[in-house]
Amino acid sequence: MTQSSLQARCVSTSETVTEQAALETKSVTLAYEQHVIAKDLSVDIPHGKFTVIVGPNGCGKSTLLRSLSRLLVPQSGEILLNGENIHSQSTREVAKKLGLLPQSAIAPDGIKVIDLVSRGRFPHQKWFKPWSEADQTAVELAMQATGVMDFAEHNVDQLSGGQRQRVWVAMALAQETSLLLLDEPTTYLDIAHQIELMDLFQDLNRIQGHTLVAVLHDLNHACRYADHLIMIKSGEIIATGSPNDIITEALIKEVFGLSCLILPDPISNTPLIIPRGRAEK
Amino acid sequence: MISNTSHSPRTSTRTVLGPALALILGIALIFFTLFIGRGIGDGIAHNLQGIWQLIIGEAEKYQSIVVWQWRASRLFSAITIGAALGISGAVFQSLVRNPLGSPDITGFNVGAFTGVLISIALFGNLYWYSVIGALIGGLGAAILVYLFAYRDGHSGFRLIIVGIAISATLTAFNQWLSLTVSLETAMTAALWSAGSLNGMTWSRIMPATLLIIIFIGLAFALNTRMKLLEMGDDTAAALGISVNKTRLVLMLIGVSLTAVATAITGPISFISLAAPQIARRLHPQQHITLVGSALVGALLLTSADFIAQHAWQNVTLPVGLVTISLGGLYLVYLIIREGK
Repeated sequence: MTQSSLQARCVSTSETVTEQAALETKSVTLAYEQHVIAKDLSVDIPHGKFTVIVGPNGCGKSTLLRSLSRLLVPQSGEILLNGENIHSQSTREVAKKLGLLPQSAIAPDGIKVIDLVSRGRFPHQKWFKPWSEADQTAVELAMQATGVMDFAEHNVDQLSGGQRQRVWVAMALAQETSLLLLDEPTTYLDIAHQIELMDLFQDLNRIQGHTLVAVLHDLNHACRYADHLIMIKSGEIIATGSPNDIITEALIKEVFGLSCLILPDPISNTPLIIPRGRAEK
Repeated sequence: MISNTSHSPRTSTRTVLGPALALILGIALIFFTLFIGRGIGDGIAHNLQGIWQLIIGEAEKYQSIVVWQWRASRLFSAITIGAALGISGAVFQSLVRNPLGSPDITGFNVGAFTGVLISIALFGNLYWYSVIGALIGGLGAAILVYLFAYRDGHSGFRLIIVGIAISATLTAFNQWLSLTVSLETAMTAALWSAGSLNGMTWSRIMPATLLIIIFIGLAFALNTRMKLLEMGDDTAAALGISVNKTRLVLMLIGVSLTAVATAITGPISFISLAAPQIARRLHPQQHITLVGSALVGALLLTSADFIAQHAWQNVTLPVGLVTISLGGLYLVYLIIREGK
């Protein structure tokens, strides 16, 4: 186990201690040119937890994630990474603390799994001493944690969607950051691969102590896996907290305009959201 | 056990055959162009002994001058310029993530031509003025494309489309300029616009070579960043790359390579477009590498110049004409292959 993940593990065991958030936005305004997505938005991402952001299409959840990962500069307000303004740090410094799994990642033609995972080491490498023992260890650990070691020498384009997504996760893990941001990581995967990937994220959070932030579409996945849920509607935070504490039929109606029934999930004892839709009429 | 630099366990004959053929073709071209080829000083060496004397420097003075001053400098120019164009193409195709992303498609060499035209019109046909004019023109065209294509960052495809539009506009402007200037200037410009390696003496190619080496060195220094950028802006940024800054610097390197090449030879199309793609097909793992693109670019331009010198009895064609014809065939091939 590397030093940084050991440290991270310590953090995750001290959950009761109220401390500074891993990542927070302080009344930020997020916009693409003139098009304002969110105004005066303040969010805390707690240390050592699995935070999930949900909300209807176009509510600004991906935009929020982009700003949290330094990809989008807020028009006003500031974003703090471990208490320090994220934009006063260089991209490279941030890349040593915060990893991101974007939606739009393009695998280069004919690249091998191990070579793609190795690219995650870039922020740690220096101009004239490119590959070190630490790099090698980090890559191997990342591939073990995500279960892609067996096809290290395969081409990424030969893999299934689920395997490929795990390779991207491995690349982000090789970056050895305690924070990991995931933008709709399960989209386009079948249900079995979605669960497999969500279980992997849970392990990364609980066993390896990574602080995770994911944007998800599936509310039931969000409820089952999240320690901390952030619900957004039209750029505003409607509710935050653990799924068991905040999810109510009224909240789902307010955020998604969906009438539903909520039962306790018989397996995980978290809220299970059952849409009523037309079936009840 | 994992190694970071490993190669495919299965090395099929095809992966060896392609590069081997390219290598043999390259060596043969160098040999023929230097010692046997036609052109000035026909039949310079009649047998192996004559060639050996040329190599060890014991041949007659006239023969030595023809081979080592005239032919060798021209061959060297073809190799250097070809390599510069190949790398320029590889950089652009990587930047826009599209095989059509090439400085000759997006109009940077047309911009360089505009710069040269203006420089000839203002200062006459002077070497360094043309080089600087080409650099300014090429960079100017690139900046125009960059600005017009900007909308919340750059999509590769938009850069290409805007580039084609700018290229068409500049072509029209160049024609208008050629019609307005004096006949002498227009003639010089017309000769130059065909793209030719005629009269490439050592004193002409060496300063450009120096610039080309600097820019190629920069391209190699940024190679890793370039490869990471190919995975998407967000992925690259997440890995700690300043996306916009890196892209701008890479673009400047690519434009400068094309502009320097264009400044001394005139526009030579399609090398940038084709070299990286051919290099990819020759690479065992189908990767586009800078080294591969440079080698294929050099080979393409050397072959094209060989054809230019030998295709017609007693007439040396401008090499730009040959590359544009070969390039046209290549494009047709690409379109047919994509259509299947």
